[in-house]
Amino acid sequence: MRLSGLPIPEPSKFSLPVLKTRQPLRRFAPAPAMMSVEKPAAETPAVEREHLPPVLLLRPLLSHFHDALAPKFRFLKPWESPLPRDEFLAAHAGDVRALLCVGPFPVDAGLLACLPKLELVVTGSAGVNHIDVAECRRRGIAVTNAGNAFTDDVADYAVALLIDVLRQISAADRYVRRGLWPIQGDYPLGRKLGGKRVGIVGLGSIGSAVAKRLEAFGCTILYYSRSRKPSISYKFFSNVTNLAAESDVLVIACALTTETYHIINKEVMQALGRDGIIINVGRGALVDENELVKCLMEEEIGGAGLDVFENEPAVPQELFHMDNVVLSHHRAVFTPESFHGVLEVVLGNLEAFFSNRPLLTPISE
Amino acid sequence: MESLGVLLTFPTNSYLEEELSKRCKLFRLWETPPEKRREFLRANAASIRALVGNSGVGADAEMIDALPALEIVASFGVGLDKVDLAKCRKKGIRVTNTPDVLTDDVADLAIGLALATMRRICEADRYVRSGAWKAKGDYKLTSKFSGKTVGIIGLGRIGLAIAERAEAFDCPISYYSRSEKPHTNYKYHSSVVDLAANCHVLIVACALTEETRHIVNREVMDALGPKGVLVNVGRGAHVDEPELVSALLEGRLGGAALDVFEQEPHVPEQLFGLDNVVLVPHAGSGTWETRKAMADLVLGNLEAHATNKPLLTPVV
Repeated sequence: MRLSGLPIPEPSKFSLPVLKTRQPLRRFAPAPAMMSVEKPAAETPAVEREHLPPVLLLRPLLSHFHDALAPKFRFLKPWESPLPRDEFLAAHAGDVRALLCVGPFPVDAGLLACLPKLELVVTGSAGVNHIDVAECRRRGIAVTNAGNAFTDDVADYAVALLIDVLRQISAADRYVRRGLWPIQGDYPLGRKLGGKRVGIVGLGSIGSAVAKRLEAFGCTILYYSRSRKPSISYKFFSNVTNLAAESDVLVIACALTTETYHIINKEVMQALGRDGIIINVGRGALVDENELVKCLMEEEIGGAGLDVFENEPAVPQELFHMDNVVLSHHRAVFTPESFHGVLEVVLGNLEAFFSNRPLLTPISE
Repeated sequence: MESLGVLLTFPTNSYLEEELSKRCKLFRLWETPPEKRREFLRANAASIRALVGNSGVGADAEMIDALPALEIVASFGVGLDKVDLAKCRKKGIRVTNTPDVLTDDVADLAIGLALATMRRICEADRYVRSGAWKAKGDYKLTSKFSGKTVGIIGLGRIGLAIAERAEAFDCPISYYSRSEKPHTNYKYHSSVVDLAANCHVLIVACALTEETRHIVNREVMDALGPKGVLVNVGRGAHVDEPELVSALLEGRLGGAALDVFEQEPHVPEQLFGLDNVVLVPHAGSGTWETRKAMADLVLGNLEAHATNKPLLTPVV
């Protein structure tokens, strides 16, 4: 996979310098092109990496991430040290200015307190709910996220889940694979997507992309957002319960914050009603999961398509027996294009930071 | 139209059957075992002036010959491959179908099937339901749908509706048709192999005729290739099914989403174990809303015929 903006040198042209004489060590200032992409960064001599800007990691990166970034940054890897994390940080991370988290591992106040020189947290996700954003703000630490790298794929996934729930694709596929079609006849009828009123909870980049797609299927779009968007013609609701009352479907695409925790609660589900469908591609905790399970079991709502859950990887087992739900293991962004895109954004933000240029995708307040 | 004797060839959702039973003299073909059907038809032939058939059992030459009083075939569906149109024309038998009311549902399902296959939705659902999601470390990637080239075989009502939806995902659209359509900007290919070689998702949306039988053959599937996905919302006979099975098993075709099969309700069992296929039991128009609209159109056509008014959606 070619990464635009990253030089991909011809391996035959370059090799690592070999010290053949007894001359004093010279410190090379290698351009990235000097590094062979074939050699894992761990083998790059320490002398060449020392001047690379240090970036703290909390967990190992996926190898394609690591291989793309390691030539440019010196990673601090606390898990490779026998020291407990806080001691490692005290010993080695006193000067570190940037932290990279790829994965929902908490960046909390306790961690931030160990990093007095930290100025930037880069996360490889769209959501920043795993980061104590208020504490970062207090400490003057900038936070960047995945920007729009995931927008298309998450929007596609939301639409896929909705069509599946209404038209029972996964359930009918199960039926066919169990050999039931010749025995029990046609599968029960599903529900038409066209004409449905779809309430988007959170009309950010993902919510807007979902809206654009569903309009082509003849859906009517409504939305809830913290404030009305002036250039948008969809009907605005300042209250999620009122949105639910006028919707056949709710698509949850907002950020998880203290304000939006359990924003989809019992009241909202009851307003949505017996035929209502909930599609969640945001964060599990946006929905009161216990209440959702109860409403589904008591048929107080019509169905759900869920890519996220409150306590992943735990999924309420009651859902496993329902044909009106579609379940997925948090992989709306798992395409090569999204992975490539977020890598570009992460790299772009780190490079901008270390060369004192404006960050690409700082989160808004 | 109480005196109109109607032969309903297939069991269906109760609304159509109830209405026919209330408003006409209804004969239910499926209640008679196959070996007794000739007898059943002979016994009632004098009364049967109308036939309501579907994609399973229509009005072929044998059926038409068995019903000398037949005046109208009102098909429950838009496809006419199970109706002997030439014979109907010859005998002055009217034929109607149910266009437009099912266009949206079929197009919606086509896109839903493409998404389900490329993003592996059904596979994910199976995975979670099996209880296998215990750790978060699996990083298997699926194919992005947005922006991929969609090739449509047949740019009729359904093909156009599919194109409109795919455009909302920024998919470039190309198509094959018997002749180029003057009023679209979509890219035309004069051969299906060419279309298949130049698209990522190939969707079958044309009518089944003698010319289009097995229009998706081995050559087309090889052209579509190991990264390509075939979606069939047309008729099973559009696709050479044994070739499809080998192409999938051998990895020459990337994936397939099938709503229709050559010998419904039988589906090749070799497909049951594959994660890159999605199989649904001919559900293209299978929603409450659309089946009611189709039923109303059938009833409306029969009513018009019975009262000598112009048919609503005549084909012959």
